[in-house]
Amino acid sequence: MSDAFLSATVRIPGHEGAEIEAYSAVAQDDQPRGGVVVIHHLPGYDEATKEIVRRFGHMGYNAVMPNLYWHDAPGAAPDDAAAAGRAKGGIPDERLVGDVAGAAQYLRSLPNSNSKVGVIGYCSGGRQSVLAACSLPLDAAVDCYGAFVTGDPSSIEGHPLRHISPLYDKLPNLNCPLLGLFGADDKHPSPEEVAELEQLLTKYGKSFEFHSYAGAGHAFFMVERPAFRPEAAKDGWERIKSFFGKHLSA
Amino acid sequence: MCTYITAKVETEGSGKGAEGWFPLTETTVYFDHPVHASADHTLNIDFRNPERGAGARVAVELTAETARALAQAILETLDAVPEGVA
Repeated sequence: MSDAFLSATVRIPGHEGAEIEAYSAVAQDDQPRGGVVVIHHLPGYDEATKEIVRRFGHMGYNAVMPNLYWHDAPGAAPDDAAAAGRAKGGIPDERLVGDVAGAAQYLRSLPNSNSKVGVIGYCSGGRQSVLAACSLPLDAAVDCYGAFVTGDPSSIEGHPLRHISPLYDKLPNLNCPLLGLFGADDKHPSPEEVAELEQLLTKYGKSFEFHSYAGAGHAFFMVERPAFRPEAAKDGWERIKSFFGKHLSA
Repeated sequence: MCTYITAKVETEGSGKGAEGWFPLTETTVYFDHPVHASADHTLNIDFRNPERGAGARVAVELTAETARALAQAILETLDAVPEGVA
């Protein structure tokens, strides 16, 4: 197996048949392999998350990140499109599911796909990764510190969040194993919210594996931010490698 | 965390963006992860004119301390304006 992959901006099917922009890393040999849909965080389709797509390419997966704000401002600079999406109130859940479905379809259509597809998301994308795994036929999902999978956004003092819903009603439909990576110092999701999610997944008989890192808060994978915690990030990447290796191999 | 909190202010004025000056119609304010600033969270302001496209935007990402000082300076400046001018 070669380690060569091609990273490039591509067009993929999105929600309701719309064509959207995406960033992909595609292995350049015929060896069958799994695919990974990468869900970017709320600030948008950015360089840091493209680096994560390339990392999955280097790990031997085909990977793709849909530009979730493309619908709001097709062709605009990614940060301008994110600002436009933000002004409209964010990414609707239904649209997110449609875009991830299109990304999974793109990965499965690649000639060297083994038909297995996983999803991973960071921050808001962590919640969206769980949402996708509860809504679509996927083979593995990773939630990196996604807030409001559990918990009550409307209870936040001063700024109740009424347009983001927790996923209580969707969790019984989780249809693949879930890896959760959390910072013990994070406020959202708090350790209590993570514990509640663990209890619910146990109750529903779901397969999951959670790790919470002491001394790490939110966004500990982000290498260009003060929140970066190298030990948590290194261990997290090992967990991801092992989890996807187990569930996305043929 | 991504706060999801966005305040919107109807806006009259002008801003200078990548293509030069343009009229502003809307401002969004939110506290969230920045694109560029070296902080985990910043107070972000987008001065926009959506009718001219998503690129018609003047963006700033400010630390919380800077944003509070700026807000105070704006109010103090306006309060100091002689009656009948503003």
